[in-house]
Amino acid sequence: MKQVIHRKLSSNILRLSLIILIAFSSSLSAQEGDPAAGKALFNTNCASCHKMDKKMTGPALRNVEARLAEDEGLDREWLYSWIKNSAGMVKSGDAYANKIYAEYKGVAMTAFPQLSNADIDNILAYTAVDPCVSNPKPGCPGYVPPPGGEATSSGDGDGASNNLILGALALLFALLAGALVLVNRTLRSFAQEKGVQLNEAPKGTPIWKAFVQNQFLVLVTAIFLLLASGYFVYGYFMQVGVNQGYEPVQEIHFSHRIHAGDNGVDCKYCHSSARVSKTSGIPSLNVCMNCHKSISEVADATATVEHSKDFYDGEIKKLYAAVGWDDANQEYTGETKPVKWTRIHNLPDFAYFNHSQHVSVAGVECQTCHGPIEEMEIVSQHAPLTMGWCINCHRETNVKVKDNAYYSKIHEQLAKKYGDLDQIKAAQMGGLECGKCHY
Amino acid sequence: MSSNKKYWKSVEELKENSSIVETLKQNEFVKEIPTDEFLGDKEALENSSTTRRDFLKYVGFSTAAASLAACEGPVIKSIPYVVQPDTIIPGVANYYATTVADGFDFASVLVKTREGRPIKIENNGLATTSGSANARVNASVLGLYDSKRLKTPMKGESVISWSALQLETTQKLADLRDSGRQIVLLTQTYASPSTSKLISEFKEKYVNVNHVQYDAVSESAALDAFQAKYNERALVNYDFSKAATIVSVGADFLGDWQGGGFDSGYAKGRVPNHGKMSRHVQFESNMSLSGANADKRVPLTPTEQKLVLAKLHSLIVGGSVSVNLPKHIDDAVQKAANQISKAGSNGVVVTGIQDVNAQTVVLEINEYIKSKAFDTVNTIQTRQGDNSKIATLIADMKAGNVGAIIMSGVNPMYTLPNANDFAAGLKKTALSIAFSMKVDETSSLAQYIAAAPHNLESWGDVEIKKGHFGLIQPTIRPLFDTKQFQEALLVWNGNDMSYNDYVKNVWNESILNGGSFNKALHDGVFVGAATTGLATETGSTAEIGANDATTPSGNAARALAQATSKGMELTLYTKVGMGDGQQANNPWLQEFPDPITRTSWDNYLTVSAADAKELGLVNEHEATGALNGSYADVTVNGVTITSPVIIQPGQAKGSFGLSLGYGRTSAGLKEEMKTGVNAYALYQGFDTVQNVTIAKAAGMHEFACVQLQNTLMGRGDIIRETTLEVFNTKGRDHWNAIPVVSLNHEETPVTSPDVDLWDEFDRSIGHHFNLSIDLNACTGCGACVIACHAENNVPVVGKEEIRRSRDMHWLRIDRYYSSEDTFADDDAKKKGFSGLSGDNGSLGGFGELEIAADNPQVAFQPVMCQHCNHAPCETVCPVAATSHGRQGQNHMAYNRCVGTRYCANNCPYKVRRFNWFLYNGNDEFDYFMNDDLGRMVINPDVTVRSRGVMEKCSMCIQMTQKTILDAKRDGRVIKDGEFKTACSAACSSGAMTFGDINDKESEVAKLLKDDRMYHLLESVGTKPNVQYHTKVRNTKEA
Repeated sequence: MKQVIHRKLSSNILRLSLIILIAFSSSLSAQEGDPAAGKALFNTNCASCHKMDKKMTGPALRNVEARLAEDEGLDREWLYSWIKNSAGMVKSGDAYANKIYAEYKGVAMTAFPQLSNADIDNILAYTAVDPCVSNPKPGCPGYVPPPGGEATSSGDGDGASNNLILGALALLFALLAGALVLVNRTLRSFAQEKGVQLNEAPKGTPIWKAFVQNQFLVLVTAIFLLLASGYFVYGYFMQVGVNQGYEPVQEIHFSHRIHAGDNGVDCKYCHSSARVSKTSGIPSLNVCMNCHKSISEVADATATVEHSKDFYDGEIKKLYAAVGWDDANQEYTGETKPVKWTRIHNLPDFAYFNHSQHVSVAGVECQTCHGPIEEMEIVSQHAPLTMGWCINCHRETNVKVKDNAYYSKIHEQLAKKYGDLDQIKAAQMGGLECGKCHY
Repeated sequence: MSSNKKYWKSVEELKENSSIVETLKQNEFVKEIPTDEFLGDKEALENSSTTRRDFLKYVGFSTAAASLAACEGPVIKSIPYVVQPDTIIPGVANYYATTVADGFDFASVLVKTREGRPIKIENNGLATTSGSANARVNASVLGLYDSKRLKTPMKGESVISWSALQLETTQKLADLRDSGRQIVLLTQTYASPSTSKLISEFKEKYVNVNHVQYDAVSESAALDAFQAKYNERALVNYDFSKAATIVSVGADFLGDWQGGGFDSGYAKGRVPNHGKMSRHVQFESNMSLSGANADKRVPLTPTEQKLVLAKLHSLIVGGSVSVNLPKHIDDAVQKAANQISKAGSNGVVVTGIQDVNAQTVVLEINEYIKSKAFDTVNTIQTRQGDNSKIATLIADMKAGNVGAIIMSGVNPMYTLPNANDFAAGLKKTALSIAFSMKVDETSSLAQYIAAAPHNLESWGDVEIKKGHFGLIQPTIRPLFDTKQFQEALLVWNGNDMSYNDYVKNVWNESILNGGSFNKALHDGVFVGAATTGLATETGSTAEIGANDATTPSGNAARALAQATSKGMELTLYTKVGMGDGQQANNPWLQEFPDPITRTSWDNYLTVSAADAKELGLVNEHEATGALNGSYADVTVNGVTITSPVIIQPGQAKGSFGLSLGYGRTSAGLKEEMKTGVNAYALYQGFDTVQNVTIAKAAGMHEFACVQLQNTLMGRGDIIRETTLEVFNTKGRDHWNAIPVVSLNHEETPVTSPDVDLWDEFDRSIGHHFNLSIDLNACTGCGACVIACHAENNVPVVGKEEIRRSRDMHWLRIDRYYSSEDTFADDDAKKKGFSGLSGDNGSLGGFGELEIAADNPQVAFQPVMCQHCNHAPCETVCPVAATSHGRQGQNHMAYNRCVGTRYCANNCPYKVRRFNWFLYNGNDEFDYFMNDDLGRMVINPDVTVRSRGVMEKCSMCIQMTQKTILDAKRDGRVIKDGEFKTACSAACSSGAMTFGDINDKESEVAKLLKDDRMYHLLESVGTKPNVQYHTKVRNTKEA
């Protein structure tokens, strides 16, 4: 009996726990979702058009489910079908679907039939996470500023303590010096009192007189000085017009480090005309907006010691002002203000340089001439851009003749002439002729 | 030497012991630096408060200041697009096909634009009409950037907005319609189907509308004759490539005769092919381009021309016309008639006489011989003006019968001989509107000036020849607040469509026949059926002009034969550079030297040497080689203008020439451009031939003539020519021998490496460019000169500088006169003199030798840098600024040049040009380069040269490099024909061929091996990369 009861009990417990488990798990799958998985899904699928707290191409999604339930009385099922096929909902005449479709000027939301209900649950769970829980900020209820005050003040504290230590050291040295002087004086007065004769060094000819009297030395020095000054004057004149290191402040602080470095944007994505034109082209603002339509602020990790996140976000705002983009309403205002960039690399008028020749035909990396652009916060002129610098490269660089029908005949003939099949230098192709760059 | 002819560029050279010619032979730079002007004035120097020490201090300070200032580089701003149009890539040129149609010139062209700026006009290879871009069309792109253009519409003196203008004028037009008064549209010839339709709609709406088409230089006689015979107001389309024998009586068909554009067809027949080429006989009074190219040129007065034509008619068609002509002319006519009769359908006769009878006679002859070159189906539509309608209009206006006049593309106050009558009439019209790009002679008198856009900013369409259509599309947004005539018509018609859409509709409905509009727009041209439904607007003129043109056959010839001379006759003509004068504010065209007289910045009375002697008119050459000429009073029917005189070899005695298109005075021109005299004042009754009295006037005129300048130092075999007979029967050695030098007492050709001073570089790898110039095909039209200006940023230097031989043309077209008798004959004759008088007396004999100048033969030779493989200029440059590339081009590094000018001294071809001034930054030179708007035309791929450097033709290295780069980028081999220079691309006659001679299959490589090929001054051993092809003349009389 006992056993039976026991069995019954355990089976009851089992049954009960199963029910609880099912109920719990179902509520888990139906209501809760996994915010972490949701975040990943959100970033891959939704983030290009939606933000949590801000209207973008589509509406802000923070607490979207609760909001819809409260304002419109729409449930999760509605959301499932909307996300999987919004166009179908609009067509079927759903009232809210049409309202939102009209609100966003007929921009249909991409259909996501590949998302399962569970995926959507995860995403919704992510949207429902209280930002104050994961990342407390000023303004959150119960926000406690992190201990130790603001980061900047603690930095100041460090500076102050350094100064303090340095000051103490300086004081110590001053005291030591003072003590030495005092000791010296006391010893001297002792010696005087005791009548000790101090040994004075015998006075010879002063060194400058000796120098002047030695004519050979004067001559050598004069020659040396002349040569040295000649060297510096020559050096000075040779750098006239060479603006290596020129690093002007631009109207918009554009960081190549962030774009080309951190984000690995291809140079030629923005400087597309470098492929076909003589100029590499400063990208027009519509190219910036390809990405910046959806990137209105930088990630926290982008900020550096010199430039805060707010600073970078401000620069993006400058871009919006220039291109006439109303970020709040996600539309162009039509009021543009072209950006006046300061040109960094300037070749004189009489030198012809063609980017496409070097970039497309020769396959030269941008960095060869422009330096480690992807590390530059502010671009500076890396190369001297002098004729000697150009010529030197033409002397050393092999022409990329492989797989180019234009070169096949010329290459064959040149190879016969110079006897080395692969090593045809630009100079051997006539790359040193005056008229190739000056016309 | 191909022939022993004596060549000369100026009559001055024929004078023995002319000190000027001698001086010029010795001095290349004719004027010394004028140091005397300020060092020679001792008194001023002594009174100057600046001592030598102070002077040195100032020099030192300014040098130091200048070098300090130079250390700081300028900050250059770059402003990218906000939204870059996806068709524009900065640094890459875009081409748009459009049509130039300014009422005088009509041509299908390609417009090269850079970053949205049109910078050059090129020929459209798809064009099916022969009207390719001439010098004026090439230069018209500069007219877009004319700083004197009207920027807004005007009401009288004040600015008005377009909306206000349209509101006011629409109201006034409606009032005038209601009161039943006449509304006149006075326009240029548009030959535009859509404009015709617009005007007919306008007529429907405003009822009493009279559309008058007005050509400044009228072809009314030819139109009337054609209309009488074929019942269509159009011009015959002559295809000279199909003509083996061409007889022209006063028709400058290589110039602007009947709309021009015949030169490419003509040139095709001029190149000897299988021993055959066309024969061209020209009867004319002025020395024209056609006369200069003719195999036989007979100078005669305009009256004699009429007689010649009558006689030709009777000889070819038959009939009994007896005319009395001097024997040598009579002879020539007989022979010409024989040749035409013999050629049959391969012959063609044309005339430029503004006389319905003359034009009828020509139509009859061509029809009679069934000339293949004579096309009456695909007729030319680009001239529609009717003299009688203009006369009626002016009478109507004066009588106060015209309520409103709307003008577009015309400038009657400048181009009408009776401009005062027009002005008086204009005052009596209730409403006058002038569509104009400028405040010009006419628009300044109109109540409203509707600022019109340039052709390159406009939409439109043209039917150049029947069934051959062209589209006009804007290549830039309007620079100023302008609207076209057609847009205004749409508004007045109450149509709110844009003109762009209107053109599209018209094309889709009536022209394209189902074809794609976008393709037509891309091509710029479309060949379809004639506009049957649309031509009604122009067809309505049928009742007028048919007056006396119905004269039946022989009658026209008989009427012609009645012509009698009434003293001296003046023939008005248009110059290649200036045309009808609408582009007078274009410095390129002003500085363009006339192909015949080689004079720029002027028009002038051309006088024969004999008449000049009688009238006491003289041409003098200053010691600098500059030309001065007397003034003459030219009086026609009581109207007198005073024009400078040029003594023109080949001008028929008793005839004079004066070109139209000069003497503009309006505010729409810069002061420098107000050159010459207005010959329209003498253009009475729209007849280019006028009876005239000439009298010497006081003073001497200073010409800007490049004629005596840059003489070729007496080296004679620069032009080689032979006759077709010799060419066909004898070997190359006979007529195109390579010069020889003595090596070990053996004659060795100069091309042999044994006699070369230099070692030859290996040029067999890569490209080796050659430019070939066929002297037979070159008509001297000068399109290449302007194309070179546009491509290479050649500065304009102005009249004063040209006079000092400081012209900057990289490409010049030398014109050589030669005596018809050979030099050898002259020499023999001289030796045969015995005694002073008598049959062989030297007194008369020497005079006869000079007669050569009465009717010289002419040869044109384009000369640019010859890109010598062994260049004399390169060896003398102390700073190695000029050097040779392995592709055959002679490079010039401007930044390296220090301006010693040794190279120019050492150049045997005199093709180097020195920048005496900073033409783009010196206010003395107020031409396009010194003008913010004018600078927009500058080609960004070519350096704008600075003061103190040499420059010269680069063989368009920027273009060859571009072609190479494109091929490299695409990874392909370059095909023949891809390499081009600005001049070779502009040459529509096929005289210039450019290419790579290392490509053995290329045309230019084949031309290099041609028997006619020679190099300039081959004996010098410079081994040029420019080839010339011996001129062959078809001198055989039938």
